[in-house]
Amino acid sequence: MRLLAGLPFVVAAVLLCVAASDFAAVGDPASPASTHVSPRYIEQGYGETGAANLVTAVLADYRGYDTLGETIVIFTAGLACVFIFRRRDL
Amino acid sequence: MSTQFGTSVLDAASRLIAPFMLMFGAYVVTHGHYSPGGGFQGGVIFAVAVILARLVHGRDARWGIRPRLALGLACAGAGLYMAIGLLGLLFRGNFLDYGMLPLPLKLAEVRAVGTLGIEIGVALTVTGVLTLIFDALAGMPDEEI
Repeated sequence: MRLLAGLPFVVAAVLLCVAASDFAAVGDPASPASTHVSPRYIEQGYGETGAANLVTAVLADYRGYDTLGETIVIFTAGLACVFIFRRRDL
Repeated sequence: MSTQFGTSVLDAASRLIAPFMLMFGAYVVTHGHYSPGGGFQGGVIFAVAVILARLVHGRDARWGIRPRLALGLACAGAGLYMAIGLLGLLFRGNFLDYGMLPLPLKLAEVRAVGTLGIEIGVALTVTGVLTLIFDALAGMPDEEI
């Protein structure tokens, strides 16, 4: 029974390994990530956002929505902590 | 932290370090536009300065942020971020489009101001939340959170 329970784990691990072997190499200039979005950010980033730092341009401008989500995740984590550890006599 | 356990060495060291931590936090937040840094990192540095005062001085921390104020800071930060995003929408741009803010500056500068605004919002949220978490974990039963 324990062997049976481990079977899905093994299958998933093998599937993951097979899928990972299919990834593009890190920094491969022909991979989809490097041929669509990245050149646009690098070439147009300064003109479109006016941010001298490319990381800032992506983090705060192109993906500002994502950063907003991150902020709200942190806020929610704080609220959860307060609600869990709040003293009873409040 | 019910009782103060800081000795004179801890006390003097924390008094010496805390202003520099706050200054460095402000630097990291405001200069994040050009160099590594930003709201998350700067907010953590602010929060560590507050937590340091709590660790050394306990309940008697002179400039400790009360938990309710920390919660308010966290809300204000997330709200500031959201408000700047909605301002872009209000001035006929897209959500979080800082270029649309009606400021008498060049476009790149307006965008820089918008970015600084959201970084400050993030920093406030991170500072408030980390202080809250510390208080929630280390608080005493009779302390309000």
